[in-house]
Amino acid sequence: MDDAKFIDIEGVEMVFHTRKGVFHALREINLKVGKGEFITLIGHSGCGKSTLLNLIAGLTRPTEGVLLCANREIAGPSPERAVVFQNHSLLPWLTCYENIHLGVERVFGKTETPAQLRERTMRALALVGLTAAESKRPHEISGGMKQRVGIARALAMEPKVLLMDEPFGALDALTRAHLQDELLKIVAATQSTVVMVTHDVDEAVLLSDRIVMLTNGPAATIGEIVDVQLEHPRDRVALAQDARYAEYRSAVLEFLYRKQAHPAKEAA
Amino acid sequence: MNAMLQPESVLPEAVDEAVAAASATALAGTVTSVGAEAETSATPAARRPRQPLAANTAARTRQQVSALALKVVAPLLGAALLVLLWQIITIKNSSFPTPLATWHEAVTLFSDPFYRNSPNDQGIGWNILASLQRVAVGFGLAALVGIPLGFLIGRVPFVGSMVGPMISLLKPVSPLAWLPIGLLVFKSANPAAIWSIFICSIWPMIINTAVGVQRVPQDYMNVARVLNLSEWKVLTKILLPSALPYILTGVRLSIGTAWLVIVAAEMLTGGVGIGFWVWDEWNNLNVPHIIIAIVAIGVVGLLLEQALVALARAFSYEQVAN
Repeated sequence: MDDAKFIDIEGVEMVFHTRKGVFHALREINLKVGKGEFITLIGHSGCGKSTLLNLIAGLTRPTEGVLLCANREIAGPSPERAVVFQNHSLLPWLTCYENIHLGVERVFGKTETPAQLRERTMRALALVGLTAAESKRPHEISGGMKQRVGIARALAMEPKVLLMDEPFGALDALTRAHLQDELLKIVAATQSTVVMVTHDVDEAVLLSDRIVMLTNGPAATIGEIVDVQLEHPRDRVALAQDARYAEYRSAVLEFLYRKQAHPAKEAA
Repeated sequence: MNAMLQPESVLPEAVDEAVAAASATALAGTVTSVGAEAETSATPAARRPRQPLAANTAARTRQQVSALALKVVAPLLGAALLVLLWQIITIKNSSFPTPLATWHEAVTLFSDPFYRNSPNDQGIGWNILASLQRVAVGFGLAALVGIPLGFLIGRVPFVGSMVGPMISLLKPVSPLAWLPIGLLVFKSANPAAIWSIFICSIWPMIINTAVGVQRVPQDYMNVARVLNLSEWKVLTKILLPSALPYILTGVRLSIGTAWLVIVAAEMLTGGVGIGFWVWDEWNNLNVPHIIIAIVAIGVVGLLLEQALVALARAFSYEQVAN
């Protein structure tokens, strides 16, 4: 298997047929993601970042083009490509443990004993530091904790690819920083391939190996790709003084606010 | 969503509560404003700031009094007015029993509710239990058929389109219109009455279940798709818990209708039962018993409704805000 194109997106076009008419969301998307690589998708709202993520997840099918994962066509959603949803999407009638166990049971239920499944679930909870919240229901825990359970649910399935749709978008700055650090540790430990949608420039530079920047919609496509060559592990405090960090950051800002000024500003 | 499968009333208790709350505030508003006027005229406004504590306590007491007035005094007053109206009617119309005479009848009737003299002369308790039993059987069968059918309609659009028009056509038909069919098929009065209950209880359960299943948030369905859950897991872990509040609303609407229909059905089929008992007492021209039966039917209906509201509360999960 070719590790350099673990996820291979070729000539993808996405057209939605809505009541208001035809909407061309994405055009000519070509992207190769290496195994173990951390990619962020960034762009203004409405540019189709989430659409692209859903395509990789298999939740929607492209109008044209092909998406491959490990040389196999992505024909539908699969636990191999776990999704951390923007709004966490935990099932409110299940406890944190049960929410995670649901996925674990589906993936490993046929080959492992109940005790092993339980251990996997508990390990996932421990990974995000929520062992104490095992038997709590989602409405009893904070937003940051819910998002962590969502991440644990995805990680517990040992996916080949972790897809995250603005996972920290709804959180306060401190919780967000904390979870970003934890995510970096987890990804380093599990060697996961990650594709993450974000609209936070600092988050993109801090976490990614490459930042994929999308042009404004409609018919958005990949504008530029920034190769972030900062060594791991990354420390946010040290990086704040790093000249390269500032350079990457301004490259993204330059793209977002000069080359692709916000559509609302263009109209004004 | 299929336009024919609109819920009759998805969460009627919410509406009821809203109406009750609105009328409560309106009433409370009048009570407090009257109190405030009285206070302003009694004590000069300038003196108030000097005694904030006393004023606070007074205000709190006033609030408690008005709450008490709303919860206890108002309903009692309503009941008293009804009895008064009744008394006035009996003065004008001598064939109508007075409230006092009816009360005495009720005391004798309920002092021995479970006697059995002959198949046609049994205590009111037996009659109510017989009706409840019919409702339970008819309603239980309707739940057994209606809830799974609702799931199927909600989950499989083809089935929804297949039976949707039929349900829309049959739903407005009075359950009593089905009674002759029941008599024809079962050749006996009791199953025919149960059949009517079955028919009238099944529609709200089918429709509410179907709507509940159709309204499962897409987020949860996406989770099911990404986890690649089996259809059984989707049903038990996602569809059922998510649709449960809707299903219980359907159940509640059904039991209300079933209790309405059983009285009418029993009047037609005869036998033991509160409906037939009312008809029998009418033939005996025993009007106090009819009035007592009306109140008893109301009380049983209220208890059934309350029991299901409590059930719905126990089974509804807390919504999660992001």
